[in-house]
Amino acid sequence: MWNSKRLVLAHFWFAFIGFGGALLLGEWQMFIRSPLAAWIGDPELYYRSVTAHGTTMAYVFPTLVAMGFGYFVTEQSLRRPMVGLHWAWLGWGLVVLGTISAIVPVALGRASVLYTFYPPLIGNAFYYIGIVLVVVGSWIWVALMSVNLYRWKRDNPGAPVPFPMFATVAGSYLWGWTAVGAALELLFQIIPVALGWRDTIDAGLARVLFSWTLHAIVYFWLIPSYIAYYTIVPRAIGGRLFSDTMGRISFALFLVVAMPIGIHHVFEDPQVGAGFKYLHSVFTALVTVPTLLTVFTICASVEIAGRLRGGKGVLGWLKALPWRNPAMLGVALSFVMLGFGGAGGIINMSYQLDATIHNTQWVTGHFHLIFAGAIVIMYFVIAYDTWPHLTGRTLDCFGLMRAQLWLWCIGMIVLTFPWHWVGILGMPRRMAFYDYTNPQIAAEAVPVMMSVIGGAIVVVSGGLFFLVLLRGQFAPRAEPEAYRFSVAVRPPRTVPAALNGLGLWLGLMIALTVINYGFPIAHAIATPGTAVPPIMVGERR
Amino acid sequence: MSEERVASLRNRWFTTSIGITAATAVIGFAVGFLWLPLAQPGERFRGAWDAICSAAGLLQSPSASEQIVTANYPTTRVEVIPHMLAGADAESIGRGATLALRCTMCHGARGLSEANSPNLAGQYTIAIYKQLVDFKTGARASAVMAPLVADLSDADMRDLATYYAYLPRLTDSSANHPPRIVASGAPLRGIAPCGACHGEVGAKAGAAWLEGQPVIYLRTQLDAFASGARHNDIDEQMRNVARMMTPQEIDAAARYYAEHP
Repeated sequence: MWNSKRLVLAHFWFAFIGFGGALLLGEWQMFIRSPLAAWIGDPELYYRSVTAHGTTMAYVFPTLVAMGFGYFVTEQSLRRPMVGLHWAWLGWGLVVLGTISAIVPVALGRASVLYTFYPPLIGNAFYYIGIVLVVVGSWIWVALMSVNLYRWKRDNPGAPVPFPMFATVAGSYLWGWTAVGAALELLFQIIPVALGWRDTIDAGLARVLFSWTLHAIVYFWLIPSYIAYYTIVPRAIGGRLFSDTMGRISFALFLVVAMPIGIHHVFEDPQVGAGFKYLHSVFTALVTVPTLLTVFTICASVEIAGRLRGGKGVLGWLKALPWRNPAMLGVALSFVMLGFGGAGGIINMSYQLDATIHNTQWVTGHFHLIFAGAIVIMYFVIAYDTWPHLTGRTLDCFGLMRAQLWLWCIGMIVLTFPWHWVGILGMPRRMAFYDYTNPQIAAEAVPVMMSVIGGAIVVVSGGLFFLVLLRGQFAPRAEPEAYRFSVAVRPPRTVPAALNGLGLWLGLMIALTVINYGFPIAHAIATPGTAVPPIMVGERR
Repeated sequence: MSEERVASLRNRWFTTSIGITAATAVIGFAVGFLWLPLAQPGERFRGAWDAICSAAGLLQSPSASEQIVTANYPTTRVEVIPHMLAGADAESIGRGATLALRCTMCHGARGLSEANSPNLAGQYTIAIYKQLVDFKTGARASAVMAPLVADLSDADMRDLATYYAYLPRLTDSSANHPPRIVASGAPLRGIAPCGACHGEVGAKAGAAWLEGQPVIYLRTQLDAFASGARHNDIDEQMRNVARMMTPQEIDAAARYYAEHP
């Protein structure tokens, strides 16, 4: 039955190797911009590194983790061989090919445009074509998730779809639809200019299209972690999932409200009307609903585990929890970072408050705390939990895992809190060079040095992560027991049809996209005289 | 066992989820497109429809009281796009070489001279073409250049640009470090590195190749940009930079580029 082991391992290993390289680049960037290092003198090298770091961390690493984990969930939750294994390998191959195609021009200094593209900056066409290949590879995964769910439902009419599969397919649909914005931008705006077929580009339209992708992509990164909260953590700590229905509603809501809210990324752009910015603010605020539902459900599930382990009283169950279990530690540290990051995000999503921190290091701090912190720490938990089943070998260095998770959380906090602070002081992001001898920014020197130290702790934690994985890869063989996902307190016998499929929620997602994006995009296309000449990067002489 | 139909008015999940989503959108629309714009102090909008159009991002025609400021000097008419002069042929270079005979007095027989006028050998095609057009239209003022370009056609100017771009540049023999203003700019004053557009870090379409240009010429041009006497930079990017540069930085940048070939 279990025939996608090598496929999942290939996804995870390629993802983690990319992650390791990009992690080192990130720390290097922080070090050379800090007062701890003499200025390297060439800003282009810095932007080259930022582009490689962002491209790998945003497009390659989480996409491969989501794909690999998706294939894992498909077989393990549907309890039957996955349909389309060859297609899945093709998808993996396209992602690998796309990554190489994108990274080579970046390494050569021909595409230092940052992962968010920033037209009218235009780099080498192979960079963009590489990104398109990564997206196309991931769309194969989206299709496979859908096909596998469809076949299972056809063979099990009326039966409740296993919750892990429901959540995974929801995540894949979210990605399938949200990637359309960046794909339109690349195919119709950027690549024709990069290939020299067109001489001008509508940067405003391109930015609106990218914002379509830019916010929901974060939820796509988040979904594997949320699936781990619901389906791995309660089982790993010996508890029960508090509510299967609550989980389904959360993922359905993510599909609806995570998508049509990206214009809060272009709050300061003039090409979008204030009314649409307000509307996107409103829907961004609604993302708190599935987030808080999840926090509540997971806390309740963890409490069940604590009480099953003999914990009593209002807080006594907390002490009874298996804190030495990496899944328990991981989810607790993840929630701490999610809490701080989410609180900061409320500033970003507010049309008025955003102006105070727009384009400052605050924003960098925010998305590192959410993505690199709360989300990636759960990727580690996923890897630790699935590794014995993927390798067929024991993985029992729990002390090392705990040290790794603690260091990751501490490092991330030491890294991102000072970033938030210097952002409030007005430190701009995406700048290569800061002259800390200038009294106007001298006060930022100390927090910047602190964040470099935080980054170093994170790098050490990354090293420990690889150590754990390699130990697992070379440990003695041991056939693990059958993989299990969390079981709900009341396992569903029947599920309302609306929560047993995703049609209704997909319909709402697309309808809201049309309402929230239709006019701004149509208006940008219809407004004449908005295209500007591109600025080609990477031409040194 | 067949599943109940989702897309049905009898399905509460269907009606409730659509109802809540639609209500949120309608209330959000009413607040964002009507209430908030109209609640702003001052009579900015002529009624509800005007407020909705503004909130939707439609361009408003300026009211009669708003003055449109136009430059009181001729502005450049060249819109630089990266591939505008690509694909020059040998004939164009030949015609340019013939036309260039009238330029040799100041710019040298092979585009290089000691006369403190710009060295044109190996200069970017777009940069030469743009300056020639600007001299002709008066966007860039020069008592010397204006009469010389007066009778040049657009094709002549393209040929001249192609010819000079084709000539070999001065070769680089030194390896001195660029000063900070060239390599890093001055971020706190909003000055990008000179080298980001003019070579060393990167090259941007329209920006001139500065290495090997006479120091006096470079300094004079930066001073002219700073004072506004030269104003053919379409978005004021050079005027903004030069205005914010200190005399020491102007000197350092000019010397570096002059001494670098």
